[in-house]
Amino acid sequence: MTHLQFLALLPFLILATAAIVVILLIAFKQSHTVIQITGFVMMCGVVLAMWYVRDTLPREVPPLLVVDGFAALFTGLIIFSVLVVGLLSYIYFEEREENPKEYYILLFLATLGSAVLTISRHFVSLFIGLELLSVSLYALIAYLRNRNNAVEAGMKYLVLAALSSAFLLFGMALIYMETGSMEFTAIGRALETSGSSVLFLMGIGLIVVAIGFKLALVPFHLWAADVYQGAPAPVTAFIATVSKIGVFAVLIRFAQAVHLQQNTLAVTVFTVLAIACMLTGNILALMQQNIKRLLAYSSIAHFGYLLVAFLSGDAGVGPTVFYLLAYSITLLSAFGIITLLSTTRRDADDLSGYRGLFWRSPLMAAIFTIALFSLAGIPLTAGFPAKFFILTAGVQQNMWLLAVVLVLSSVIGLYYYLRIISTLFAAPPLTSVKERTLHPFFYAATYTSLVVLMCLLAWLGVFPGFIVDQVQAFLQF
Amino acid sequence: MILVWMIVVLLAGGVLCWLVAQRNQLICRWIALIAVVTAFSIPLGWYLRFKPVVTAGNNWLIDYQANWIPAYGISFHLAMDGLSFVLILLTFLLGTLAVLCSWNEIRERTGFYFFNLLWTLAGIAGVFVAMDLFLFYFFWEVMLVPMYFLIAIYGDFNRRYAAYKFFLFTQTGGLLMLLSILAMYFIHGQQSGNYSFDYFTLLNTTLNDTAARWIMLGFLIAFVIKLPMVPLHNWLPDAHSEAPTAGSLILAGLLLKTGAYGIIRFVLPMFPQASAGIGWLAMLLGVIGIVYGALLAFAQTDLKRLIAYTSVSHMGFVLLGVFAFREIALQGVVMQLLTHGISTGALFVMAGMLKERLHTRDIDQMGGMWTAMPHMGAIGMLFVMASLGLPFLGNFVAEFLVLISTFDVSPVLTVIASVGLVLSALYSLRIMQKVFLGQLQTVTQPPADLSAREWVIVAALTVAIVFLGLYPQPVIDMVGGVVTGIVRS
Repeated sequence: MTHLQFLALLPFLILATAAIVVILLIAFKQSHTVIQITGFVMMCGVVLAMWYVRDTLPREVPPLLVVDGFAALFTGLIIFSVLVVGLLSYIYFEEREENPKEYYILLFLATLGSAVLTISRHFVSLFIGLELLSVSLYALIAYLRNRNNAVEAGMKYLVLAALSSAFLLFGMALIYMETGSMEFTAIGRALETSGSSVLFLMGIGLIVVAIGFKLALVPFHLWAADVYQGAPAPVTAFIATVSKIGVFAVLIRFAQAVHLQQNTLAVTVFTVLAIACMLTGNILALMQQNIKRLLAYSSIAHFGYLLVAFLSGDAGVGPTVFYLLAYSITLLSAFGIITLLSTTRRDADDLSGYRGLFWRSPLMAAIFTIALFSLAGIPLTAGFPAKFFILTAGVQQNMWLLAVVLVLSSVIGLYYYLRIISTLFAAPPLTSVKERTLHPFFYAATYTSLVVLMCLLAWLGVFPGFIVDQVQAFLQF
Repeated sequence: MILVWMIVVLLAGGVLCWLVAQRNQLICRWIALIAVVTAFSIPLGWYLRFKPVVTAGNNWLIDYQANWIPAYGISFHLAMDGLSFVLILLTFLLGTLAVLCSWNEIRERTGFYFFNLLWTLAGIAGVFVAMDLFLFYFFWEVMLVPMYFLIAIYGDFNRRYAAYKFFLFTQTGGLLMLLSILAMYFIHGQQSGNYSFDYFTLLNTTLNDTAARWIMLGFLIAFVIKLPMVPLHNWLPDAHSEAPTAGSLILAGLLLKTGAYGIIRFVLPMFPQASAGIGWLAMLLGVIGIVYGALLAFAQTDLKRLIAYTSVSHMGFVLLGVFAFREIALQGVVMQLLTHGISTGALFVMAGMLKERLHTRDIDQMGGMWTAMPHMGAIGMLFVMASLGLPFLGNFVAEFLVLISTFDVSPVLTVIASVGLVLSALYSLRIMQKVFLGQLQTVTQPPADLSAREWVIVAALTVAIVFLGLYPQPVIDMVGGVVTGIVRS
C-alpha cells in the first residue's frame, strides 16, 4: 500500500479508531458524557480527514476498495447522519435503564460497515461491510433487552439478515463461477465479452434478494415495521438512514460496473420492485396509528421512488444523492422529535400522543410538520426538489409507467402525512408535560440541532441549486 | 422587481404576524392589514405613476428574471401583462377584505391564522405572475398548504374532512400537471438542446398530436379541478362551506380563478390544436355545470353550501367562454373572473356576518333579517341581483359577452346556458326570500346591523361591482392585447 492510498483511506481509519477509542474509554471508566463528546469529535475528524484528502481522490486501493468522489459523497452523508443519531442517542439513553456506553461501540462499528460499503468494488469488501453493519445492528436493535418489542425485533432481524447473507453469498458464488472474478469492473468486462448467461442472472437475482432485504424493498419488507417499532428511536433513525444509504451506494456502484440498467430482465425486475414498493408502502401506511411503523412503511415507499432514479442509470446518480440527503435530514428531524417526546417507559410512537402538539410546544410541532411535508414532497421543503429531480430523471429515460405510479402513489402518501399533521394541529387534550431529568444543556443542544435540520430542509427546498452543483462536481471525479 | 417586493411583503408580514401574536393580538391584526395594503399599493401605485399603455405586439408590462437552479434551467421569472394585472388587483382587493372580515371572527391562534392567510395570498399572487413553469408549480403548491391549514384548523364542524378532500383533489391535479411540465421540458430540450422551464421558451415547442393531447390533458385536469368543472367539483361545496369566512372568500374569489387563469395562460397558447380538439367537450361540460350547479344551489338549505354551488354554475360560463375561442368570449371570461370574485365573495362575507350573529348557516332558521338589519338587507339585495345577472352590475356584462359570442359557435349550447340564467334567478331570489324577507324568527335579541368595519368591506365590494357593471372598458382595454394574442394563435 502506497502512502497516497493510505492517505485516501484515512477517514475510514479514523472511523475504525473511533470504536476502539470508545472501548478504551469504557475500560478507563469514563462517563457517558465523555464518550459522547469524544465520539462527536472523532466523527468531525472523519469529515475533516475527508476534506484533507480530497485532492488525492480518486484513488484505487486494489483489489478491494476505491475512494472516489462518489464514495466521499455517500460517506459524508453517512457521517452527517451518525452525528445527529449520536446526539439523539445521548438524551435517549441517559434516561433509560440500560448502561449506554457499549452502545457507541456498536454504533461506530455499524457506521464503519456502512462506510466500507460505499468504497467497496469487490464482493469481499462488500460482504465484510454488510456483515459489520448487520452484526452490529442485531445488538443495537435489541439493546434495551428488558423490552419485549426490542428483543422480538432483534430476533427477527437476526434470522432474516442471516438468511439474506446466505442468499448473497450464494449469488456471489454463482457470479464468480460464471465470470471468474469478484471484482465489479472485471465482472463487467467478462460480461461484455461473453454476454450474460442464466447462471449469472440467477446470481444477480439472489443478490437482489439480499439487497432487497437490507433496503426493505417489497416483497422483502416484512421485517421493517416490527424492527422500526421495536428498536430504540435513535437506532430506528440509524437503520432508516445510515444502513440504507450504504447499501444503496454499493448497489449503484455494482450496477454501474456491470451495466445492470442495460439488461432488460434486470430492468423489468427492478421496475416491478419499484412499483410494488411505492404502492405497498403507501397503502400499508394509510391506516397506521403507530408513528414508527408508519415511518417504516413510508420509507419503503421512498426507496421505491429511489429505485426510479436508480433505473435511470448514470443520470439518476445526482438525483439519488440529493434525494438521500433530503430524506436523511427529514427522517432525522422526525426521529429527533420522537426521541424528545419519548418517556423513560416507552417510545412516543402512538399517534394519539401527538394530539395538539402544536399548541403545547409549537417549535417541536413545526419541525415535525416541516419534516412530514418534506416526506410528502411539498414545495418549500427539501422533499420537493428531491422528488422533482427523481421524476425528471425518470421522465428523461421515458419511464412513463414509473413516473405515473410515483405521482399517484405520492397522492396516497399525502393522505397519511396530512393525517399526522392534522393531529398535530387538533385541539389538545389535557395532559401533563413530560418531566425533564437531564441537564438543560443537552436539550438545548438537541433542540438547536433540530432547528438547524429544519432550516436545512427549508434551504434545500428553496435553493437546491448550490447542493446540486456540488453533487455534480463531486461525481465528476 | 416590484413583483418580487409584492410577494416578499406578504411573506414577511405573515412571519411577523406569527411572531407578534403571542404578545399582542391587536398588533398582529394591524400588521396583517398593513402588509396586504402595502402589497396592494405596490402594483396600484406603479399603475398610477406610469399609466402603462398596452401596445400592439408587446403585452408585457413588467418582466423580472433571476437565476434559481441553473443546472436544470430553472429561473425565477416573474412577468405581468394585462391579464395578470387585473387578477393581481382582484387578489389584493379581496385579500384586504379577507383580513378585515376575520378581524373579530378569529379570536384564538390569531398569529398562525394570519400567517396562513398572508402566505396563501402570496402564493396566489405568485401564480398570477410566474412565467417559469417550475416556479408556477411551486407557487401553485404554496397557496395550497396554508389554505389547508385555514380550513383544517379554523373551519367549522366538519373541517378535517373538507380539508383533506380539498388538498387531495388539488394535489392530484397538481402532480399530473408536474408530469406534463416535465414532458414539455424534455421534448423541448431534445428538439432545441436548450433545457429550460421558461414559459416563453416552451411556447415554441412543436409537439406531435398524441404528445400534445396527453400533455394538455395533464395541465387541463389540474386547472379544471380548481375551476371546478362538473364531474370534478366534488371538493368545492365541502371546502367552501367548512372554511372560515375569509377562507371561503379567498377560495371562491381567488383560488377558483387560478384554474381559469391557468387555462387561458398555459393550455390555450401552448396547445392550440389539441385544445380546439376537445373544445366541444369542454363547452358541453361547461353548460352542464351551469345548469347542474344552479339546480343543486336551489336545493340547498345551508347558506354557504348554496353559494358554493352558485360558483359551480358561474364557473361553467368561464369554461364555455374559454373554449369558444372567440375574442369577445374571452373578454367576457375575464370579466366573469373579476365580477364573480367580487359578487360571490360578497355573498360569502354576508353569510359570515349572518353566522357571527345567528350562529347558524341554515336558511330555514333565518328570515325577516331585513326588518332587523335594513342596511345589510339592502346590500344583500344588491349582490343577489348581481349574482343573477341584473344589468348595470358587473356579472351581466360578463355573461352577456360570453353568451353573445358562443352563439356563433354553438347555438344549442348557448340556449341551454341561457336557461341557466333563469335558474340563477330562482336560487338568488330564494336566498333573498328565505334570509331577508318573511317573518322575523323569534330570537332573544335582534341582531345588530352593520358595524363600521363591515361597512368598509361591503362598500368596497359594492363600488367595485357597480363600477365594473357601468364602465367595464378599462378592464377590456387592459386584457385586449392578451386576448387577441391568444385567439390568433
